[in-house]
Amino acid sequence: MILLIAMSLLLSLTIVAAAILAIRGGQSLAISILAAGLVSLLASVQFLLLAAPDVAMTEAAIGSGLTTFLFFFVLGRVRGGEHD
Amino acid sequence: MAYIAMATGFVLILIGLYGALTNRNILRMIVAFTVANTGVNLVMVAVGYLHGRTAPILDASVPVAEAAERIIDPVPQALVLTAIVIGVGVTALMLAYAYKLYESKRTLDISAFKDLKW
Amino acid sequence: MIRRLFVTLLLLGLAGVFAGLVVSYSPDETLNLSARYYAEHTAQDIGAANIVTAIIVTFRGLDTLGEVTVLFLTAAIVGLVLSHGRREGGGSGRELPPAGELLGTGTRLLVPLILLLGAHVFVNGHLTPGGGFQGGAILASAILLLLLTDPLRRISHRLITAIESTAGLVFVGIGVLGIVLAGGFLDNRILPIGNLGELFSAGAIPIIYSFIGLKVGAEFSSMLAHLSETEDL
Repeated sequence: MILLIAMSLLLSLTIVAAAILAIRGGQSLAISILAAGLVSLLASVQFLLLAAPDVAMTEAAIGSGLTTFLFFFVLGRVRGGEHD
Repeated sequence: MAYIAMATGFVLILIGLYGALTNRNILRMIVAFTVANTGVNLVMVAVGYLHGRTAPILDASVPVAEAAERIIDPVPQALVLTAIVIGVGVTALMLAYAYKLYESKRTLDISAFKDLKW
Repeated sequence: MIRRLFVTLLLLGLAGVFAGLVVSYSPDETLNLSARYYAEHTAQDIGAANIVTAIIVTFRGLDTLGEVTVLFLTAAIVGLVLSHGRREGGGSGRELPPAGELLGTGTRLLVPLILLLGAHVFVNGHLTPGGGFQGGAILASAILLLLLTDPLRRISHRLITAIESTAGLVFVGIGVLGIVLAGGFLDNRILPIGNLGELFSAGAIPIIYSFIGLKVGAEFSSMLAHLSETEDL
């Protein structure tokens, strides 16, 4: 039980760090998008710890897989639009 | 453990809203919205968690007769499953509009779009 | 900078509300009434081992129909927004380097396996974690791999539309059959419920969830194809 709580705590800290990395302005957009995908992926592990395997599977397949690729399709088209 | 996950979810919502309100780049705002979306899902699943119980799947370790005493609340999980799928649809829609906006003004800076500003 | 101050104040207020929610939250000791009903009645009424699947497909089947409709509308709007003014004949005019040997061979090897995994996930949705939405996303990732290997490849939109609308019609048709043969719209007892934990059990749930999986996979594939067919700006 202690081990589970420690894992959950560590996971939460990593999620928050990845989220801050995702919204921080000033670095390349690709890093933002990848960090947002990482938030989703780690959240799916958190769902697994919360005894929700269905939600974990959905989040891993859809939230972190498909969404990241949708972003990259658009990012590839608007290269040169990230001067800010 | 539910408290940890719930606090993480609320922190994610705040981080996502902060990112969406302070960034000028439309793509960065959409990234921030997906972070907030993940936070909402985390809070909702954490509400359904009951201490010391297992996933709502009936098998050898969860006999049918004791199911009500052994499983956690399945309703928030079904809701979050719906929310994730709709979330990716909304994200795809926002990305399509961002592409069209870039096509019209050749920039992703939100302050360049002031046609409807008064 | 007055703007940043305003945002910070707003978020501090929200943080206060959230902190109050977390501090005053006390977890339940037992299941609430509706969850208890689902836990006790799923096994004999529905026959599905996965209670989340039973809720999504049967107890709240109408919500799922609405959800699939929303997803269809989003895919249609993405297509509408992006198709406007697209050049005919395909290709962005730019010569792309051919995909590497590794990616090409890997795609030929992996695509059938990924499709098989997707089908496995949505056919077993009533027994194990997984189901139509996850399986549909896995099917769409096979299409994604095809698009990555050859960015100029045109996925047939006519085929995607045909799969999507057939799956939707069958889904609604099974729901109407439920009114005629069993207790109501989307009732799964039009087929025998069978034994808990077997593949052919839980009435019509595996069939309904398979068609939901096909529909969701087609919708995600159409979104991916539309976004990848846009032109460089």
